[in-house]
Amino acid sequence: MSETIEKAIEKVKEPNEPLFSPKNKRLITDPLNENNPITIQVLGICSALAITVQVKQAVFMSLSVLVVLMAGNFLISALRNLIPSRIRIIVQLVVVATLVTLVDLVLKAYVPEVSEKLSVFVGLIITNCIIMGRFEAFAMANKKWPSVLDAVGNGLGYGVILIVVAVVREIFGSGKFWGIELFGSASELTGVYGMGYMNNNMMILPPMALITVGIIIWIQRARNKNLLEG
Amino acid sequence: MEAVNIFVKGIFIENMIFAYFLGMCSYLAVSKTVKTAVGLGAAVIFVLGITVPINYLLENYVLKEGALSWMGAEYASLDLSFLSFILFIAVIASTVQLVEMIVERFSPALYGALGIFLPLIAVNCSILGGALFMQERQYANIVDATSFGLGSGVGWFLAIVAIAAIREKIQYSNIPAPLKGLGITFIITGLMGMAFMAFMGIEL
Repeated sequence: MSETIEKAIEKVKEPNEPLFSPKNKRLITDPLNENNPITIQVLGICSALAITVQVKQAVFMSLSVLVVLMAGNFLISALRNLIPSRIRIIVQLVVVATLVTLVDLVLKAYVPEVSEKLSVFVGLIITNCIIMGRFEAFAMANKKWPSVLDAVGNGLGYGVILIVVAVVREIFGSGKFWGIELFGSASELTGVYGMGYMNNNMMILPPMALITVGIIIWIQRARNKNLLEG
Repeated sequence: MEAVNIFVKGIFIENMIFAYFLGMCSYLAVSKTVKTAVGLGAAVIFVLGITVPINYLLENYVLKEGALSWMGAEYASLDLSFLSFILFIAVIASTVQLVEMIVERFSPALYGALGIFLPLIAVNCSILGGALFMQERQYANIVDATSFGLGSGVGWFLAIVAIAAIREKIQYSNIPAPLKGLGITFIITGLMGMAFMAFMGIEL
């Protein structure tokens, strides 16, 4: 008798999955390339492009999104059975808005100069489609740990593109990397500038961010034929 | 006069799409045909024109430092601006819901045209962006703030209708396969942005 009960309990117990099973690993690696939030799913471009003039801003922006996404995915996944589906969008917005307020205050306190440059774009993380998209598509239907991994994957996938675009724009646009002058001083004509090199000022203007992302998409799809659009 | 300047500035010089990339997600997703683009664009103008003034009142009479002084001297030193994200997004989400219900009740024709786009708009970055820019730029009065909201909306409308028209035309052109679809849309938007930069020298 007791044996059958034990067996029944064992059946009810969910199989214990290792923390980094192959399925969970894919949650992190997929968004980095084949299912990248920016270049494939086309989400979160809103606040992404405007802050890629300098690498430093891009890094802090990616970190903020990563933190908000991880905490948000965890919370939504924990609350998923309590949220009435009719008002879920408003609940999700309130969760993100609270987290973003926290991130904004932390940035203002510890890196005020970055916070100044990011201006309204920190607030716009609230309406970043990646976050709402992951809440809807993943956290509302999955357990906490996979949701956190999914958030890490998507946050990193977003960050990678942001940082690549920022590196290209900062090096060619202002001849700097993380604020350090690479080719000598542009105003005093030292280093490479002395030989007639000039910064491409077009790179710091908004349109070039779009064109840079367009070219990244081109390269990615040329290397991976599965991603081609019909 | 200032209000007219802000309106024109919002359309051309500080265009939501080309200068700040706001609302790019729906801009890319809903720009396949001109008809749907016009619908979504009109809904954005509508919602921006309503939410920016509401958020302006909220900012100036509730959130800003000293804004609560109308309630009495003891409230004059309160600064609630840390609540602005939550309140703005709550106002936007509920306004959109309210507008949807009112339009459905009083103008079924308009509801037919805008209806499906309204829920999409609550999470459109350009709406929250409008509210946050309004807060950052501190417009002098509610007329200026409203004309900023409407101007940004018209600018967004212009951008999405233009890209939809171009995308309809290039559908059958011979573009390198990896660049088809998303890639070429990005590059065209970049080129359109360069064209719009010609307005940047205008002093208003």
